[in-house]
Amino acid sequence: MSEALLKVSGLTMRFGGLLAVDQVDFEVRKDEVFAIIGPNGAGKTTVFNCVGGFYKPTTGDILMDGQTITGEPSHKVARHGLVRTFQNVRLFKNLTVLENLLVAQHTQMQTGLLHGLLKVPSFRKSESDAKRRAAEWLDFMGIRQYANREAGNLAYGHQRRLEIARCMITKPRLLMLDEPAAGLNPQEKRDLQALIDQLRREFGVAVLLIEHDMSLVMGVSDRILVMEHGKPITTGLPEEVRTDPRVIKAYLGE
Amino acid sequence: MFQNLKNAVIAAAMAGIIIAPVFGLQILRRGMETYLQPEWDYILGGMAIIFVFQLLRPLLARRKRAGESRWRLPAISDKGRQRAIMVLVLFALVWPFFTGRAQVDIATLVLIYVMLGLGLNIVVGFAGLLDLGFVGFYAVGAYTYALLYHWAGWGFWEALPLAGLMSAFFGFILGFPVLRLRGDYLAIVTLGFGEIIRLMLINLYGLTGGPDGISGIPKPSFFGYQLVRRSTDGSPTFHEMMGWTFSSQDVVIYLYLMALCLALVTLFVSSRVIRMPIGRAWEALREDEIACRSLGLNPTTIKLSAFTMGAMFAGFGGAFFAARQGLVNPESFTFIESALILAIVVLGGMGSQVGVILAAILLTVVPEIAREFAEYRMLIFGLVMVVMMIWRPQGLLPVKRPHVELES
Repeated sequence: MSEALLKVSGLTMRFGGLLAVDQVDFEVRKDEVFAIIGPNGAGKTTVFNCVGGFYKPTTGDILMDGQTITGEPSHKVARHGLVRTFQNVRLFKNLTVLENLLVAQHTQMQTGLLHGLLKVPSFRKSESDAKRRAAEWLDFMGIRQYANREAGNLAYGHQRRLEIARCMITKPRLLMLDEPAAGLNPQEKRDLQALIDQLRREFGVAVLLIEHDMSLVMGVSDRILVMEHGKPITTGLPEEVRTDPRVIKAYLGE
Repeated sequence: MFQNLKNAVIAAAMAGIIIAPVFGLQILRRGMETYLQPEWDYILGGMAIIFVFQLLRPLLARRKRAGESRWRLPAISDKGRQRAIMVLVLFALVWPFFTGRAQVDIATLVLIYVMLGLGLNIVVGFAGLLDLGFVGFYAVGAYTYALLYHWAGWGFWEALPLAGLMSAFFGFILGFPVLRLRGDYLAIVTLGFGEIIRLMLINLYGLTGGPDGISGIPKPSFFGYQLVRRSTDGSPTFHEMMGWTFSSQDVVIYLYLMALCLALVTLFVSSRVIRMPIGRAWEALREDEIACRSLGLNPTTIKLSAFTMGAMFAGFGGAFFAARQGLVNPESFTFIESALILAIVVLGGMGSQVGVILAAILLTVVPEIAREFAEYRMLIFGLVMVVMMIWRPQGLLPVKRPHVELES
């Protein structure tokens, strides 16, 4: 059993009188796919937003590789190697597919202003390296032929893949996917499952997943956390969760 | 048909209500008496035009839809842009040698606005931050040179970098707290900032000379040689060194060429920067701030860099303005100036450099030519903006964004 990469303990998020997330604990191990499931409004995305630094949790601790990242702003959290996709895809729609991937490399390629103005060789090299990395990811995702198109014009399934590529190009250690299968057709869902497996295998990235599609969750996850009304019900292996009476009750009622 | 008629009548009545106070209430004075004399011809004429136009409009619209003949300038491509800029630069280079003094003077003014427009284009067009107080940075630049000359005797060339730096510094200071604000809020704060700068300039009487401003600011020298008839300190002047006779026309041309240099530098820097990582980050931030943050881009520093860089160019423009006028006072830095610069950017097409240049020419030259219509200047100005927003919200010359292409 490998050690914990992300450790969340006692996470609570309160919006005014609404307790959106209540005492959630879980940990994601290195190169593990960990899924959070639960009915609508269970607080899954709120957990995501707290972990990703978009919300400041009311109480609780979030540790990335032993370092506290609780309450850090999202751009700093991202620099700890923790990046996410969004429930409704958030690409830079008027930028091209290639440019989306170049922007994502911004933090890795700090070129001086003067270098860029004068187009010195080191600037050219850093630009062409960035383009090469982007091209590799486009090949990997099978969307190379759309590189020079505006991202907003891609088919929805391709937009999803581009968004994942945009995360992966930042070389994350933990990839957080917020309902990546939403709006995909059955074939694309199978491709997505294969993609998640491949990402973990080839790039050693841990995945934290929120998903409603049960066949995907059961097929890809190592462990699953089930939430309802902001509270964790259970954490376990897919088989355990599937047969747990509390989980069935949460989804189907009495 | 009846519906059309009804619309036309309502429109005509509305027009009547709007026109009536303008032409209907002409105040006349005869001897001791003052009375109002309505000009019914104008009012009725205006209403008639609106009535006929409204009546025919559906017909026109139908014709247009049938032919799809809406007038449309194509967005220009990367190559087209380069060519257009080449032509503009060549034209600008030969301009002073074939025209008179007044034309060169106006062209110099145009170039100042090109500089300001390109500077604001970085903030508004590239980074999408609505800045209504741009003139504040322009004023900082102008006063930096004026004050350095007045209190320390600095020349233009020594003061120019400092003017840019000073404006950039003010941009930084202002930007730091306000750039968390978005859209309208940012616009209001920057509007306030522009006014604060102006009021400070008026009220710091001891330092800035208050409403009187600072005068006698020298023109730029040419590598240490002054461009005046008789030098102030006995050193040889430029025309003495060259063995020319002094002509004030030459000075005007020199100023023009310098403005051209500054404008070209602005153009070069801003078109390079947008192809650099920082430029891409500006555009990405304009598109989606949350996505940027999720990728580790710090929105505050990125916005701040755009704001600071735009301010710096305003500072250069300001210093040049001070040198050209020989006099600065707070009157030159009112809100209307900010509005004009913003109008240049919007009219040209946000983010489009060729468009901004053309709009700067248009908005500076047309008022000069149409001096007899000076009273209606703001009216025409407003009309043009309204028409633009309806028919061409993307600006005169929208450009396809300069893409980095991936060769296959």
